[in-house]
Amino acid sequence: MDRNQTHRNRRRALKVLHFSALFLTMAVICIPGLWIVLNSFRPTVEIMAKPPVWTPSFTLDHYRAMFGGAGEGGVPVFSYFRNSLIVSVVSTFIAILIGMSGGYAFARYRFKGKSGYFVGLMLFRAVPGVALSLPLFIVFAKVGIIDTHLGLILVYVAMNVPFTIWLTDGFFRQIPKELHEAAEIDGCTRWQAFWKVEFPVAKSGVASAAIFAFLTSWNEFALASQLTRSVGSKTMPVGLLDFTAEFTINWGGMCALAVLMIIPALILTFLVQKHLIAGLTFGGVKG
Amino acid sequence: MTEVTLSNVVKKYGAHQAVHGIDLDIADGEFVVLVGPSGCGKSTTLRMIAGLEDISGGEVSIGGRVVNDLPPRERNISMVFQNYALYPHMTVRENLGFSLHIAKQDPDQIKIAVDDAAAILGLDELMDRKPAELSGGQRQRVAMGRAIVRHPDVFLFDEPLSNLDAKLRTQMRAEIKKLHQRIGNTIIYVTHDQVEAMTLADRIVLMRDGHIVQVGTPLELFNTPVDTFVASFIGSPPMNLVDGTVNGANLTLTDGTILPIPLTARGLLHDGQAIHFGFRADNLMPIGHAVDEEGEIITLDLTVTLTEPLGTETVLFTEFGGAEVQAKMFNPRPVIPGEAMKFQMVLDKCHVFDAKTGKAIRS
Repeated sequence: MDRNQTHRNRRRALKVLHFSALFLTMAVICIPGLWIVLNSFRPTVEIMAKPPVWTPSFTLDHYRAMFGGAGEGGVPVFSYFRNSLIVSVVSTFIAILIGMSGGYAFARYRFKGKSGYFVGLMLFRAVPGVALSLPLFIVFAKVGIIDTHLGLILVYVAMNVPFTIWLTDGFFRQIPKELHEAAEIDGCTRWQAFWKVEFPVAKSGVASAAIFAFLTSWNEFALASQLTRSVGSKTMPVGLLDFTAEFTINWGGMCALAVLMIIPALILTFLVQKHLIAGLTFGGVKG
Repeated sequence: MTEVTLSNVVKKYGAHQAVHGIDLDIADGEFVVLVGPSGCGKSTTLRMIAGLEDISGGEVSIGGRVVNDLPPRERNISMVFQNYALYPHMTVRENLGFSLHIAKQDPDQIKIAVDDAAAILGLDELMDRKPAELSGGQRQRVAMGRAIVRHPDVFLFDEPLSNLDAKLRTQMRAEIKKLHQRIGNTIIYVTHDQVEAMTLADRIVLMRDGHIVQVGTPLELFNTPVDTFVASFIGSPPMNLVDGTVNGANLTLTDGTILPIPLTARGLLHDGQAIHFGFRADNLMPIGHAVDEEGEIITLDLTVTLTEPLGTETVLFTEFGGAEVQAKMFNPRPVIPGEAMKFQMVLDKCHVFDAKTGKAIRS
């Protein structure tokens, strides 16, 4: 056969393989999410049916029940949502402030033990959060901040700061130092040079760091389930446990709450996606 | 009056000393170029004047006022950086007006000042573009506009043309010179390119290893270099240097060629002294293709090994005194490598350097 033809066939076969692999990967990632959304709109019998029901019926019962009274399978969605929002927004804000300052310091200043501190911060990320749940529980219980917003906020700030430092350090490194020097010569103080020149330039990076920090706090379950107890402090992921009873799990209700959980994260990501993509590629070209 | 004075200025980075106590007086309105190879301390010196580097010792004064501990914003200077350092999130107009905006000037006045600067540099069409949408030359022009808009006492340029291609560099060089003629401010300009230094400077400061080697007008450095470093750094092609020894009233070069001692060095040399004999390419020219010269002329029979035609002149490579040297041929004709030619050299324009110290020996 013509050698060109052989190469053409091989290229076609590789393309088919490539797309099949992509499809499989995307399926693995997307199907659980799709399953959650679809099942939040299906009656419980259909969710658990064997063999599966291929033509689903549509119902809003799970949502109705979730927002209903305590006796009708309702959960305090608004309280959980409020708790999640307070904890995530405040912890993200604080983590970004601290992390951005830290990232800037690592990128711009020379100081003793710099690389040691940096490695230390990264090592902190290597400790599984759950391993800290017992010591945190004991300490928080003694201090009296167990089952409070403050306790969770502290934990999430500690979790997010190292990652934020690492991410923003990369972004600030990308900005030539001549920019703040030019600003200082143009009459800025160091502080003004940062806010008027370097921050706006690095804002994609800061936005992506903020999104990551927010999503980490918004979705965190393991520590929140240990450190919160009451309606006044439980976050949405912990609230999902309300649908489990001793012998049953209300899959439909759980899916409905999960959908409510996904929506704000989805909206936020959509709003800042321009920055997120710019930020990620900006960081991506770092040598 | 905005003269700039450096007195015994030192810069240390830990144990490493980058600038070794330099002294320099720059007059009001003077265009001074700091030039030297990489790592000679020229940029560090400029950054100390700007206030971007701390001064480890000595004093920097601008307009008679010691500025050692003043932040950059209080020195009333402007600086153009090698990589332009334009604010990427601002338009050209915002970039130009940034310093005035920071100084909280009246918006109407800012507009007038920005429009003036834009008109001087031909930026009117680009005012609403962001730096990313500009070419290298346009960016450099915006950087210069940003520098002139606030009427500083002193302009500092840190290798501003290094990122431009050769053609644009020549064009921008002329623009910088015009700008200086127009506004007449003191300019301190750093470059590693001796052509830029020669063409722009009122005075050149040639640096090496954190020391000033020679300060003078471009022609002073070209015609009377203090040592072999200056001789080989300034001028293109660099000065030809041939080893030799003093032999009575003559110099004997490595290959045995005997030449009379140039007039300027007579009586200053001792018998047996090892020297470098130096001459510029345009002081070794084929007879018939030379410019008229006066003084003690010697003729030499040399064989051309290589030619570099440049249009109005051709650089000829040849062997002389045991070294490869370059000669210049004006009104050139085609020359074949291997061709023997008669050259002339004006002895009075030649230089003698001590071989041990490298210092020029001249009266």
